[in-house]
Amino acid sequence: MKDKNTLLSHLKIAGIVTQKSKVLDLGCGDGDLMYLLVQNKQVNAQGVEISEDAIYKCVEKGLCVMHSDIDGALDFYKNDTFDFVILSQSLQQVTRTDEVLKQCLRIGKKVIVAFPNFAHITVRSKLFFGGRAPVTESLPYGWNDTPNIRCLSIKDFEVFCKERKYKIMEKYFIANNKYCHILPNLFAQQAIFVITK
Amino acid sequence: MARDSVGIVQTKYFTFENLVLENGQSLPQVTVAYETYGTLNENKNNAILITHAFTGDAHCAGFHEGDKKPGWWDTMVGPGKAFDTNKYFIIASNVLGGCAGTTGPASINPATGVEYGTDFPAITISDMVKAQKKLVEFFGIEKLFSVAGGSMGGMQVLQWAMDYPEFIYSAIPIAITLRSTPQQIAFNEVGRQSIMGDVAWKKGHYYGGPEPDKGLAVARMLGHITYMSDYSMQKKFPVKNPEPNENFDFNADFEVEEYLRYRGSSFVKRFDANSYLYLSKAIDYFDVQKDNFLPEEKNLDIKFLVISFKSDWLYPPYQSENIVKFLKMKNQEVTYCNIFSTYGHDAFLLEVKDETRLVKNFLNRLYDEVFGSER
Repeated sequence: MKDKNTLLSHLKIAGIVTQKSKVLDLGCGDGDLMYLLVQNKQVNAQGVEISEDAIYKCVEKGLCVMHSDIDGALDFYKNDTFDFVILSQSLQQVTRTDEVLKQCLRIGKKVIVAFPNFAHITVRSKLFFGGRAPVTESLPYGWNDTPNIRCLSIKDFEVFCKERKYKIMEKYFIANNKYCHILPNLFAQQAIFVITK
Repeated sequence: MARDSVGIVQTKYFTFENLVLENGQSLPQVTVAYETYGTLNENKNNAILITHAFTGDAHCAGFHEGDKKPGWWDTMVGPGKAFDTNKYFIIASNVLGGCAGTTGPASINPATGVEYGTDFPAITISDMVKAQKKLVEFFGIEKLFSVAGGSMGGMQVLQWAMDYPEFIYSAIPIAITLRSTPQQIAFNEVGRQSIMGDVAWKKGHYYGGPEPDKGLAVARMLGHITYMSDYSMQKKFPVKNPEPNENFDFNADFEVEEYLRYRGSSFVKRFDANSYLYLSKAIDYFDVQKDNFLPEEKNLDIKFLVISFKSDWLYPPYQSENIVKFLKMKNQEVTYCNIFSTYGHDAFLLEVKDETRLVKNFLNRLYDEVFGSER
């Protein structure tokens, strides 16, 4: 996903991640975020990515990346191996959501989750007035070819964390390449959460 | 000669005394056949060792005088190639127990004055690596920039990481496993039974007389099948099944039969049956899935690039994934790619473009780390 909010989202994540920390980026894509973190925060970054083509791009950037799905790349790490585990635009594509987040919180001291908000006003109105599965800038896929198998809203994620007693340490909302402070579940296109167990 | 070729090369020989083997026996004298490409720098820290597969040799790149066919990994080794000879000093050697210039069962036993045959001691991947280390040290090298190889070459790479972790900066094991599995051992065993069942084998003392060519050829035929894939065989031999006719005599009437027979019979001209036995056993014994592999308390730091191929059913990708997980558990930095390929195990010799993208960029980054960025 590369829309207008991507850069701000990446910069925010880079702001959250501390200098020289150890980072695992799950679903790292072409490695743009990892590269930013390595350049700006001198982190020790490792990525996991399912697309072969993206692996080559990561290696070209000099990044350390493992060709795997997210599910298969977590269980062998010891507890608290990473300072930050990042799921940037990948949580909505994970099949075993509960298990993956549990593992992330086990192997990472903090987990950063960034995802598109499925309850954004444009999405709501497209569904309500248009009567069709919504296609927006943050959710650019049709019903038949979307990799997003989990459609969640900001509220959904907050309830999810509350139910499991995960602590939300920080949260940020983005709309139209700016931070969004009013009614985020209605107006934010993107959300970034920092959670711990 | 292409501009990216290392050109005309020669195999050279290095001899040393007394190699103590893993099983406690020793070889009084060992000769190692090797080739080098590129230039060793002043600090002697730009050397990459390339390790060969089961039936490979020291002739990795370039051309021997008068030859039309280049070395076995010429596509990957040369100026500007994945293993860039403008930057690196490449060393390739024939393994211990082999039959292409390095001491093996076909060598003369100094104690008897005749070929070792099956008096040759059992050797392991670790013994091969020990002999390679002697060669590397002969150049005055104290740390290899990298060690890289596919198949049995990948075993040697992992063995280097296990036996001499402080001696290597990075490692590239390709299409391999942490330990040999029953299926792999089973194929090797059928190959060995084929050789040992040949009357010409004579318990390994056949030198000077007829050699167990038939048995070795069949072993090679079997091996060849395991290096390909269902898909690659269908592509290579589009099915045009002949009709049975009155002249039926079990001759090779299918293309694939003809191909395997040809491969088998050409193989026996260049390979020694006893070497096949010894090396296949060394492969079977291979196992680095051990606690003393990169122990955490030693704080070792080797950069790994692990590569597998999707259609490889001899060393399936899950085995490379296990390598990656094992190394990550040991806190090593690992990059892993499972390359899409339909060639089967042979892909490590054929998927040059994708392998180059990975190896070249992986080494480039380390080169910048060690020698400073050129940009």
